Amino acid sequence: MENNKQQNNKTICHTNPDWSWFARVKAAFGINDIMPDFIFKKIVLICGLFILVMTVMILISLIANSIPSFKTFGIKFFIGKVWDPVFEQYGTLPFIVGTLLTSFLALTITIPFSLAISLYLGGEFIKEKSFFAGFLKNSIDLLSGIPSVVYGFFGLFLIVPIVRYIQIKTGIEPYGVGIFTASIVLSIMIIPFSASLGREVIEMVPAEIKEAGYSLGATRFEVIRHIILPYCKSGITAGILLALGRAIGETMAVTMVIGNSNMMPKNIFSPANTMASIIANEFAEAIKDLHFSSLIGIGVVLFIVTTVISIAGKIIIRKFAIHS
Amino acid sequence: MDNLRIRILKDKIFSFLVVILAFLACLPLFLILGFIIRNGALSINLDFFIHLPKPVGVEGGGISNAIVGTFIIVFIAFIIATPFAIFAGIYLSENRKNLLAEIMRVSVDILASIPSIVIGIIAYLWIVKPMKSFSALSAGVALAIIMLPVVIKSTEETLAMIPYSLKEASFALGVPYYRTILKVIFPAGLSGVITGILIAISRIAGETAPLLFTAFGNPFMNLNITKPMNTITLVVFNYSTSPYEQWHKIAWAASLVLLIIVLGFNLLSRIISRKWKVKF
Amino acid sequence: MESEILKIDKFSAGFGQCLVLKDICFSVQQNKITAIMGPSGCGKTTLIRCINRMHEFSPGAVYSGKILLHGQDIYSMNPIIVRRKIGMVFQRPNPFPTMSIYDNVLSGFILNGIKLKKEEKDQIVFNSLQKAGLWEEVKDNLHRKGTFLSGGQQQRLCIARALAMNPDIILLDEPTSSLDPKSTLLIEQLMEELKQSVTILIVTHNIAQAARVSDYVAFIYLGELVEFGPSKKIFTAPENKKTEEYLTGKFG
Repeated sequence: MENNKQQNNKTICHTNPDWSWFARVKAAFGINDIMPDFIFKKIVLICGLFILVMTVMILISLIANSIPSFKTFGIKFFIGKVWDPVFEQYGTLPFIVGTLLTSFLALTITIPFSLAISLYLGGEFIKEKSFFAGFLKNSIDLLSGIPSVVYGFFGLFLIVPIVRYIQIKTGIEPYGVGIFTASIVLSIMIIPFSASLGREVIEMVPAEIKEAGYSLGATRFEVIRHIILPYCKSGITAGILLALGRAIGETMAVTMVIGNSNMMPKNIFSPANTMASIIANEFAEAIKDLHFSSLIGIGVVLFIVTTVISIAGKIIIRKFAIHS
Repeated sequence: MDNLRIRILKDKIFSFLVVILAFLACLPLFLILGFIIRNGALSINLDFFIHLPKPVGVEGGGISNAIVGTFIIVFIAFIIATPFAIFAGIYLSENRKNLLAEIMRVSVDILASIPSIVIGIIAYLWIVKPMKSFSALSAGVALAIIMLPVVIKSTEETLAMIPYSLKEASFALGVPYYRTILKVIFPAGLSGVITGILIAISRIAGETAPLLFTAFGNPFMNLNITKPMNTITLVVFNYSTSPYEQWHKIAWAASLVLLIIVLGFNLLSRIISRKWKVKF
Repeated sequence: MESEILKIDKFSAGFGQCLVLKDICFSVQQNKITAIMGPSGCGKTTLIRCINRMHEFSPGAVYSGKILLHGQDIYSMNPIIVRRKIGMVFQRPNPFPTMSIYDNVLSGFILNGIKLKKEEKDQIVFNSLQKAGLWEEVKDNLHRKGTFLSGGQQQRLCIARALAMNPDIILLDEPTSSLDPKSTLLIEQLMEELKQSVTILIVTHNIAQAARVSDYVAFIYLGELVEFGPSKKIFTAPENKKTEEYLTGKFG
């Protein structure tokens, strides 16, 4: 057999390293190919586990640090209307209301725009690559890349004066800053996010059912209204949910234009604070333990709310994708 | 017949609305870009890049410390996050139908959905509090946590797209598993992984909220990562919310610099994903 | 001079509870082409994947019995060594997309971390491409990506890649099923030349191809070896009724 092997080598003209020799040397030094494989697999697994452990640790750290506040105030932490670090009263209802008002208002403003963009880019209005589609797509991508603090700055110097002007004209107290202003800035920020989600969903609608609609003589409006939108209902709901999660957690832009008032907002024009903006404003200066712990308590609420919303949204989208 | 005309009219109006709304949504982009470029270009000059901030009332002054700070902090985040993210991404792409991997995927989703301000709290609790000082390091950790899910996702998605036949070809040549992954699968997905990293960098370079109580800001030049550090985003925030006209100018210029950095990384990521695309 | 290089002894394999191969026994002669044929789904591919231990990558893979290479059981050897001695070419050409043609030929060395001198490399690339009949076509483009080649050329590049490792046996898993007739012809001619230096095992569901190229044929049906013998004999006077039916197109 060894003979054969040698004959082979001769006819092949070049000598290659002999594997059995190679293996023997490796074995002699206790190196084999299974050990590095084992180590590699373990390293990769540990990195994956690290992410899991970190996520759990984040939740534990937040909860552990917020316990003093939850213990002191109990349910009053959520329904108390007074947030006053001087008298150590920490009720977060104004911020919860502020957050909900800003987010829902922003979503309401966003929906028609994102739907229009999704329909336009999702293939209902363009058949092939057109200049305008490319332009729109790139603009949206650029919008999503602009940092939050720049949006806030822009809001402060363009949106706030406009809102103030409107307020003066209509006889509302002209703060300029406030929930309404924050919602406008926020809506500009979440349009790219929700539009790209919506587009993905609309692209998933099978061509056959659209064509079936057109072949019956329906107009494009009718196909969209009676076929595409009902088909995408769950996907669009999920998109709205995920956008809501984004809006709730958004901090900088909102902090800069919402007016930073710890009072319960009276109407949509009043200055207020959201859960995220109160943390941004006060966390670095929170020396009192209870103040510190209450701010982290708000962090816990933010964490849980955004997590639940995003997981729910992801589940709905996944179901939608499988169903398509 | 009339009915048809109404239907067509409705369709026309609807199409018009969609187009108008879609393009109206782009308007803010041009307003923002216009504002920042016009105002920023007016107050930007060489001094701006090489000088330190000056007190109110004194003309001139720059943000050299903030530019350096941004790069240092982003670099710390990059160093911490990338290796973990790539290996975790490899694990997830290699274990498609495994319960543990599924749980990890959920945890990556959760991590991605945590508001950045909450990540700031975490970095404060984990680093600032024990070290008893605001620091660039804690800011780097916060940004690393934000960067992780982005890079993990992009790594997992790119690697999972690579055809199984490549892996088989490598195994059939007697190549061990770890070499197959590192030398065949990973290089084939490299452009996707790099794109993900650049997108993540572009995102964290623009983050402000988690830096408020980690990097904290610093009017002086500081290269010590255990001490507070300034970043461009903090300059924009602090200066734009100040009442001084002079500082607003600096904030505009800083916004322009920030925008160039952020969009630059974004553009780079696109060029790479297009140019380095591996054909199978 | 004929000598036995590979002996498959009562070999069974499958996935979990489902057995796809039952008690396969036959021997492969050195420097001959042995064809494994049978209708699709009969277990041919599983068998060939067992021979270089690729089968165990499939989820739930099980096996029993022995496959002896030069009298040594490959299932008692390190699978990595086995795969270096027994090269494989797949149904679809799969050159490494990140590597040049040159590096693709050397990929077995590069990926295994074996350092070679420049002259050695050039020599191996030249020899392997020459043997794979690809040298003339690519000699000016050695540093372009392998994925720019046509399907047939890619497949020959994969053969060159396997040859570069100087294997004892090359396994071809329906190597021409995704190629056009012209490329198929080229590869069949190539196999004729290659058997001077290497033993070839080819899986095919194309009876005509098996008849054209092989010296020995194994006919597998529903996971069992129906008949094995020299091609001349099987294609002219098969012993088994089933073989005859398959060859005359009664089923398959």
